[in-house]
Amino acid sequence: MTLIATEDLTIRLDGRTILHGVDFAIREGEIVTVVGPNGSGKSTFMRALVGALAPAKGTVTRRAGLRIGYVPQTLHIDPTLPLTVARFLSLPVRRDARAVAAALAETGLPDTIAARQITALSGGQFQRVLLARALLTDPHILVLDEPTKGLDQPGVAAFYLLIERVRQRLGCAVLMVSHDLHVVMSASDRVICINGHICCEGAPTAVSEAPEYRALFGHGTRGALALYQHEHDHHHEHSHDHGEHP
Amino acid sequence: MIFDGFFLRALLAGTGIALAAGPLGCFVVWRRMAYFGDATAHAAILGVALSLALDTMMPVGVLATAAGMALAVTFLAGRGLAVDTLLGVAAHSALAFGVLALAWTGQKGVDLHRYLFGDVLLVTDGEIGAIWAGALLLVALLAWRWPALLTATVSEDLARAEGIHPARERLVLMLAVAVLVAMAIDVVGALLVTALLIIPAATARPFATTPERMAVSAGLIGVVATALGLVAAFAWDAPAGPSIVAASAVGFGISSLASLFGKTHLG
Repeated sequence: MTLIATEDLTIRLDGRTILHGVDFAIREGEIVTVVGPNGSGKSTFMRALVGALAPAKGTVTRRAGLRIGYVPQTLHIDPTLPLTVARFLSLPVRRDARAVAAALAETGLPDTIAARQITALSGGQFQRVLLARALLTDPHILVLDEPTKGLDQPGVAAFYLLIERVRQRLGCAVLMVSHDLHVVMSASDRVICINGHICCEGAPTAVSEAPEYRALFGHGTRGALALYQHEHDHHHEHSHDHGEHP
Repeated sequence: MIFDGFFLRALLAGTGIALAAGPLGCFVVWRRMAYFGDATAHAAILGVALSLALDTMMPVGVLATAAGMALAVTFLAGRGLAVDTLLGVAAHSALAFGVLALAWTGQKGVDLHRYLFGDVLLVTDGEIGAIWAGALLLVALLAWRWPALLTATVSEDLARAEGIHPARERLVLMLAVAVLVAMAIDVVGALLVTALLIIPAATARPFATTPERMAVSAGLIGVVATALGLVAAFAWDAPAGPSIVAASAVGFGISSLASLFGKTHLG
């Protein structure tokens, strides 16, 4: 069943066309990764899907009652706003202390962090808090916009393992923007390349089978490869018409 | 002698406004809307002139122009000019045109000073009733919209992903500020309304750990500062509006110093 679909989606920001003619759909339980160069419209695409941006043309259809766990790429909390982690996790819906504690534990954060101010967290802790907040919605789909931005290499690996664990428990779909191509190649059912429009998409099988990506992936995430293995029963051609990734 | 009818009426009017201004002012601080408060308040002077010219009730004219300014600024923001430039233009032109309009209405005995700095001694029993009705309405409005307002303040994207409309919540806040301006113009005047919004919130900030605590503290701090300011005004025969703002400013100074030396600052 389709969770989110777009048809001929066009987004304009400040008079500039950022995305045009995007036809896209993501189904239950599917893992889709979005790649593309800087400024290609990846974040804009994610924001349009969660309803943060209105289309200039075309449509975005979300399944009725769809719960989205959205982790934005950046979130600036104004220092004039006092906000504990616990209070942030209860926005906008009040969560009871047990649910908050469970979400913190699942994302690998200590109990004591609940009372700390959001603005006092490290980058890695903040990313985990954002994910914890997304989990509290019991999402049908996680929409993650570069969730590992600003994390160091072990931090990136740990974060992807965490996402995989969470996905296995919830059985939710995952749509994420990623620059970590080695993860993309073996973890995703489908890869979408965006550059103002969808320039190519398909199963990452061909690339993921390349030994250099296997090697990179195996070291980078400390054996997470096994967790990420998926059966791909179809092979189809897709050409990458841009080569900005290593 | 201090607890005569004038003082009690001033106290009732001032504390009613402070109670609503504290929590509302927190949003003005969090969303960096101080200049917006000025633009809305200054537009109120135009409303005074309009009310005198059309012979309508003062709060109606003031509310109409303040709300009109709020809507105009919201509509124009993000259409070219930087927001602070736009608000600066709006705030000062509203003040200039308002003062000119008051002069043009040509009525003898129109006391400009009263509308710029307020005169709480002239507040009637009916106005006190209106102020408290307005204050309770504003507090109820904020309590009702609180989760959506707060989420939209933290992140408009997160809010939209939760089905909240940030534009609607922004409109709620802008109109709430317009209502507060209409309530407060008699007490502190158009030039000092923004102080009632911002100073108690800024005073509460260093000691608050959650938005709710900051909002409640700001309301209480505003009430205490208003009472102290009025006591000082009556004791030394000083103008009431500026005394209230001065008392709030002293409170802010103490809070800032305490957080600096006490290291209780958690932000």
